[in-house]
Amino acid sequence: MAELFIFFEQIYRILFLLIPVLVSVAMIVWLDRRVWAFVQKRRGPNVVGPFGLFQTLADALKYIFKEIIIPASSNKVIFILAPIVTMTLALIAWAVIPFSETFVLADINVGILYLFAVSSLGVYGIIMGGWASNSKYPFLGAIRSAAQMVSYEVSIGVIIINVLLCVGSLNLSDIVLAQKDLWFVIPLFPMFIIFFISALAETNRPPFDLPEAEAELVAGYQTEYSGMMYAMFWLGEYANILLMCAMGSILFLGGWLSPIDLFPFNVIPAPIWLILKILFLFILFALIKAIVPRYRYDQLMKLGWKIFLPFSLIYVVLTASFLMYFDLLPGN
Amino acid sequence: MIAHAIVFYIFSLIAIVSAIMVTVSKNTVNSVFFLILDFISISCLFIMIGAEFLGMIMLIVYVGAVAVLFLFVVMMLNVAQQKNEWFNSSGRSSHIPVGLLVSIIIFFELIIVIGGWKYKPDLLDSIAIEINTDLTNTQSLGSVIYTDYIHLFQLSGMILLVAMIGAIILTFRQRSGVKRQSYFKQISRDRKDGIELVDVENNKGVKIDA
Repeated sequence: MAELFIFFEQIYRILFLLIPVLVSVAMIVWLDRRVWAFVQKRRGPNVVGPFGLFQTLADALKYIFKEIIIPASSNKVIFILAPIVTMTLALIAWAVIPFSETFVLADINVGILYLFAVSSLGVYGIIMGGWASNSKYPFLGAIRSAAQMVSYEVSIGVIIINVLLCVGSLNLSDIVLAQKDLWFVIPLFPMFIIFFISALAETNRPPFDLPEAEAELVAGYQTEYSGMMYAMFWLGEYANILLMCAMGSILFLGGWLSPIDLFPFNVIPAPIWLILKILFLFILFALIKAIVPRYRYDQLMKLGWKIFLPFSLIYVVLTASFLMYFDLLPGN
Repeated sequence: MIAHAIVFYIFSLIAIVSAIMVTVSKNTVNSVFFLILDFISISCLFIMIGAEFLGMIMLIVYVGAVAVLFLFVVMMLNVAQQKNEWFNSSGRSSHIPVGLLVSIIIFFELIIVIGGWKYKPDLLDSIAIEINTDLTNTQSLGSVIYTDYIHLFQLSGMILLVAMIGAIILTFRQRSGVKRQSYFKQISRDRKDGIELVDVENNKGVKIDA
């Protein structure tokens, strides 16, 4: 009986995390479109509900009632699995995100490796969808995105090593607590910039949205998808973007910590700070979508392998030697 | 404890079944997907025995990078002929004797290792380094690899570097007639190099690229 109780308590905790994440994904889509419209001097979605807030819900409703079309020549099992994989991977990563010192679903030793592993698995949803569609444009989109995501993962990995050198632990709560005096965005500012750009590429956001470049590939890997399956790709994509923003704010912007430990700031509860930081990074994502033109494919590869990777490797050496010389290495 | 055993058997069942499906399934892309499933369930088994670092590295390296490259290569093959020829070929397959030999050798090696571990416990005493159970396994792996056996680690790094350069040289070919963008040239161009004003005489025209 006691085990059953623990089981239900865990289910309750998981739902308590996942439902707000899903709702905020819907809101974030609205925010993205509003920011985009604001930059281009349009109005954006403003009809459904106050300020158009329910636009995403209306869209979701539309997708649910649409027919799911499965192409006759596709590999049906993998075709159906692909959006499920994307969505699941985007959601399971939230298990390790610490919202405060106590509010975390799974406080595991290797939290940052788990996040990295899950985000590196995200490429499978796209490859599976592109291949199983058995048509030209989705396949080209999938091949592009596989190469792109694998390349930018390498530089994200090296950037994480930079942060880990300063922390001395793979636990996400330890990473946040190590920034109590100084957020890592200040000493590691170049790494923060590179992380931000790599996160754009990793989540296939403009200016790196080559897998779904509509001018060349129709809609890339999602071309053959319709109805609810398309909506799942879409939700997974935005959940991934939020996750990358959360990762950025935990690694560089001090996670749930308040900027200064003074009266009006330290009464605000910790999760609010994390949410505000995620929102800040997301608005940057949305602004960049509106103002930067799409990269060409060879430029993207050149940026990843020839500029970001060497630069972040040099920065690892620099950080390590700095910490060694001034005897600041953690664990000593 | 029972829950632990149930989860263990579920993961090992998935691992074994998907390992069999890798060789049996007729579509090569499906084989790679089963291989990925196999990797994932093995990394879950690693995490279950408390080796969380190894499990995560297994996910990142094998599933996140190696299997993607596998999939890349397999998908690039001719899509119409994506059939595993092992079971389709009518005559005797020449791969079978070699495959049998390799699998028999691996089987006996496994028997020696596991049997030695099970029935001769003093084999474990011959380990040179003491296992410190206070540290997390990330820390103890780090101290073993980067402190105690740093020279072996660097040696294997050099071997990998040589292999990488060798692979690059084998596949590298210089093609002529490829147009490449040079940012430096593009930015350092000014008006004088790009534009020339010509007074055109009537009924003569201008010769370009003279």
